[in-house]
Amino acid sequence: MAYQEPMIELIGLGKTFESKNSHVKALEDINLTIYEGEIFGIIGLSGAGKSTLVRCINYLERPTTGKVIFDKIDLSEVDDYELLRVRQSMGMIFQQFNLLMQRTALQNICFPLEIAGVSKKDAKKRAYELLEVVGLSDKAGAYPAQLSGGQKQRVAIARALATKPKVLLCDEATSALDPTTTRSILDLLKEINKNLGITVVVITHEMSVIEEICHRVAIIDASHIAEIGDVEEVFMRPKSKIAKQLVFSGANHIESFVGEDKCRIIFDGRTSFEPVIANMVLECRTPVNILFADTKDIDGKAFGQMVIQLPEDDISKKRIFAYLETNNIPHEEVI
Amino acid sequence: MFSKAVLEMIGVGILETLYMTIISSILAYILGLPLGILLVVTDKDGIAPLVILNRIVGVIVNILRSIPFVILLVALMPFTRIVVGTTLGPNALVVPLVIGSAPYIARLVESSLKEVDHGIIEAAQSMGASPRQIVFKVLIPEAMPSLIMGGAIAIITILSYSAMGGFVGAGGLGTIAINYGYYRYQVDMMLVTVIILVLIVQGFQELGGRLMRRSDKRL
Repeated sequence: MAYQEPMIELIGLGKTFESKNSHVKALEDINLTIYEGEIFGIIGLSGAGKSTLVRCINYLERPTTGKVIFDKIDLSEVDDYELLRVRQSMGMIFQQFNLLMQRTALQNICFPLEIAGVSKKDAKKRAYELLEVVGLSDKAGAYPAQLSGGQKQRVAIARALATKPKVLLCDEATSALDPTTTRSILDLLKEINKNLGITVVVITHEMSVIEEICHRVAIIDASHIAEIGDVEEVFMRPKSKIAKQLVFSGANHIESFVGEDKCRIIFDGRTSFEPVIANMVLECRTPVNILFADTKDIDGKAFGQMVIQLPEDDISKKRIFAYLETNNIPHEEVI
Repeated sequence: MFSKAVLEMIGVGILETLYMTIISSILAYILGLPLGILLVVTDKDGIAPLVILNRIVGVIVNILRSIPFVILLVALMPFTRIVVGTTLGPNALVVPLVIGSAPYIARLVESSLKEVDHGIIEAAQSMGASPRQIVFKVLIPEAMPSLIMGGAIAIITILSYSAMGGFVGAGGLGTIAINYGYYRYQVDMMLVTVIILVLIVQGFQELGGRLMRRSDKRL
């Protein structure tokens, strides 16, 4: 996908929280460009600063240093009133949905329109349209307490889209949902991105969410950007320690297999009918031990990775690498 | 059991008590509600922090709340005379009732509004809502059930304060209880007025509870 126009630019962004006897650097020297129309992921462990980062984008948190440029507007230069206008072109959804509990689904969606000064009649009309988009037309009169988690998030998405924003910020939007609901919400976000052309920024601590919908990703660790790039690239060849940790997720214990040489094999979309490991074992006439495997089948293609333990002798080892090399299977030695 | 005159007196007492309570509650809310909102909004974590103003208002509220009502009642007499022209009767009691209960109401309102989930406020801010819009479209409607319950508590407190007014001849059931039951040892009169007060309290509490349940959509 080709991205041209920058939608959000963060330049030298930093945020320090001052209190009486401590000051905490939540973010430092963040440089990041998010382009129009892409789904951009920001991932990090909890406490890494990603929630602060997303709040800096819409100035819910005022950065201590650096600039946020949104749609060519430098947010540090606009006054308070103008800032409210700017925020109307950025929708935001949250982990805890944050719906108004005393309003129905329909009234919740009308809320941002009321704030923007849209007439009651037009607001209602738009709200019904949006309920249609998120597939909840029959729940217009339901209060949040009567909706499931997934339905609440759908209402929240509809609400965030009401003012026709250019950007949708998602702060851990699926973290409170079960895996099935998570997938349906992610599908909805993908659909919105595609059909309405809205730039989506996804904050999460789950690599699976990034894999599922993002085009590019930034990895935040200890207040800094550790790595940034296309999702496939980062997934297949993570460079930083934190990126490796997130990509391996369940495989953190790999490093505890001491002494042995290991190799990570990456499945980058070759057909899942091809028995890669079995062929390798037959060809090289040496057994390998699979230490970790995490692959999934997407449209008949295999994606994921495996960590295998290499045989002791150098000849077998060389043979395996030669096999992987000649068959163009991405791999790397793990030490 | 009671003569017609006594029954009439009790009837007038009930009306006077209700009159004082309701008028004072309304006026006290006119003062206390904005004060409570101010305390929440200007808090250091509020939507428009003004820490110095918040401190000043907080201290004034605390000072007024720590003065026992009976003392406030007497201390305010010169002021009451300026405002109402007399220190006797239900109208005169309204002045100390309002001044004595407004700070209490401010705190009740403050605690109700602080119950509103911060995430909801943040969501409203992310949509570009101004502090004013957040107060009127988020804080107050979202806190409505709690505000109603607080309202019932405030009315009952004002009712019990109004009975204290009996000592300074304010009228109402308090005066009857003190003049007949206390000074003249008419236990039956004391009992009747107390029972009526209990019933009124019960009525306000029940009404408040019902309104709260009806207004609350969280189920």
